[in-house]
Amino acid sequence: MLGESRLSDKLATLGAAAAALSFTALLYTQLTPFNGVFGFVVIAWLSFLGFYALLVSFDEDGPAVRDRVAAAVVRSMGLLLIGVLAVIVVYTVARGWKALGHKNFLFEDMKLAGPRDPLTVGGIRHAIIGTLEQIGLALVVTVPLGLGCAVFLNEIRGRFSRFVRTIAEAMTALPSIVAGLFVYAMLIMGLGFGKSGFAASVALGVMMLPIIIRAADVVLRLVPGTLKEASLALGASRWRTAWHVVLPTARSGLTTAVILGTARGVGETSPVLLTAGFTAVTNANPFSGPQVSLPLQTFEAVKSPMPDMIARGFGTAAVLMVLVVVLFVLARLAGGRAPGRLTARQQRRRMRASARDVLRFQGRRR
Amino acid sequence: MTENIGPADRAYRGVLRATGLTVLVVMGLVGLFLGFRAAQALRVAGWGFLTTEAWEPDAKVFGIATVLTGTLLIAAVAILIAVPMATGTALYISEYTSGWWKKLLITLVDLMAAVPSVVYGLWGFFLLQGHVIGLSRWISDYFGWIPFLAVEGVDPSDPLASETVYTSSTFIAGLVVAMMITPVICSVMREVFAQAPAGEREGAYALGATRWGMIRAVVLPYGRGGMIGGTMLGLGRALGETIAVYLIISPAVEIQPLILQNGANSVSALIALRYGESTPFATSALMAAGLSLFVLTLIVNFVASSFIARSRSGAASDA
Repeated sequence: MLGESRLSDKLATLGAAAAALSFTALLYTQLTPFNGVFGFVVIAWLSFLGFYALLVSFDEDGPAVRDRVAAAVVRSMGLLLIGVLAVIVVYTVARGWKALGHKNFLFEDMKLAGPRDPLTVGGIRHAIIGTLEQIGLALVVTVPLGLGCAVFLNEIRGRFSRFVRTIAEAMTALPSIVAGLFVYAMLIMGLGFGKSGFAASVALGVMMLPIIIRAADVVLRLVPGTLKEASLALGASRWRTAWHVVLPTARSGLTTAVILGTARGVGETSPVLLTAGFTAVTNANPFSGPQVSLPLQTFEAVKSPMPDMIARGFGTAAVLMVLVVVLFVLARLAGGRAPGRLTARQQRRRMRASARDVLRFQGRRR
Repeated sequence: MTENIGPADRAYRGVLRATGLTVLVVMGLVGLFLGFRAAQALRVAGWGFLTTEAWEPDAKVFGIATVLTGTLLIAAVAILIAVPMATGTALYISEYTSGWWKKLLITLVDLMAAVPSVVYGLWGFFLLQGHVIGLSRWISDYFGWIPFLAVEGVDPSDPLASETVYTSSTFIAGLVVAMMITPVICSVMREVFAQAPAGEREGAYALGATRWGMIRAVVLPYGRGGMIGGTMLGLGRALGETIAVYLIISPAVEIQPLILQNGANSVSALIALRYGESTPFATSALMAAGLSLFVLTLIVNFVASSFIARSRSGAASDA
């Protein structure tokens, strides 16, 4: 059976790993003046591949040896990537732990805390409020507009909608810093708005809109045409078909599209850097005065040379990561299913509803 | 389809068209505004905009030669590292795993694509840089005869030489950007690999191929379009990356072809660094830089989507 490993394979892996570790350790401690973890891992890995190939070649032929070595390389690539992700998450949380451990970190702002103040003073309340308001404002505009546009692209076919789709796809290439620069030049320099949470949310919206449109467009395209035709054949109008058939069918995918767009927007620093300004105090009004957000607070904090400020930066980054992970878990819970595919609970609900319908029909007939 | 439609439907279509138009206006506004504001600076700079290294818009001497080269070098380093990693990971997920582990891996890779760039920047600056310096040094000591791998100002025979010449380099920035774009490339590749036809896979096995033989004969050739498309998509992201690069590099003022040497720059980092310059003309010059970056990513993205569209129908992927 493919994919099952035999005892000899496991032994070869273990043996090669042991040989590689000892060889590299010998190289590092006795033979050469090498140092550094990075180099150790690289040399150990390369020598592991060599030893593994040698061991396998004792009882396999050429193609099989290549197969084993390729499998080892591919596996280590995959695990390396996951390892990098784990290191990033663990490192961020570990460095930020000092700041996260204090209760004031989430519930105070930096108004009274200078860079030299200990971690028992000050926090990131202002950045949390700013992120929530900016992303909320951006979503209020982008979700209806983005989903509406995606429906438009799918329901009304023609030269105009093809053109809109091309433009929307082109705009996914817009670097986020350029979106920020656009808003900076238009709203702040051109129209005389101050740097504010509102300007930041416009920049985030410009950046998120094409992402949401594109993702929602893909999901809507997968809604079976037969469903739409059935609805139209029953005499439903176009908008009733869209509202009661197309959108509910694609609900899980659309939710995922919006949440993933949000996750991208929440973490964007560069558009906010240009448009939101920077402040240490809580500003709950996004329409006037500078308003800081989580990524911006992280960015500004780690530029400081003070260790406590850097710890605050990492703490803020950890909070941001938690937010992204929460959004991600929500996206997975809400969606990832193909259009029309129901969860067990939804399926039970549908069955109860149709049982009620049966009773109703029978009652009417009597 | 033409049919007699009621007033409700007519209103519905009107609303939909209006949404489409609004999106078009917003997007068009960005492009037009960028072009309009950039025009002022471009008229002054002329073609010299592409060849001037300095960035002193108030002295009317400015160009993107330095930053554009920097952007391209960082992106090149990132792609060189990210493509093998993404290919390996995509093959691992699609060919070597199954069940819950596979689902978990897919979620983790997608999550990695959503990790904010500032977090990557922190990781690169505070953790990775310290560990990479040794590698940079080793490469430049032994391969310094390759022109762009040399490092100036150090004596290879001096083991106590200062290591600061190896910090904040194009190489380190590229490494961090590579980690950011690997998941993007990987998810496109994984999707096309998974679509390699089962019949041909079984055919390869029936002819006695090993799993690697089957991958080389069926999966990789079938997924080539998607691999190229995914790579281009990652390239587009790499070109536009700002914050992680900004945190790592120390800005170079002239073209820095030595990728291991301290000092690098990119268009986006330039914008983030200089947007505070308050004269309208300086902003216009930054707009021109932003426009050139946008045009570059636009071309890359169009090429990417044409490759992806050719390799599979319908479903496009966005990280």
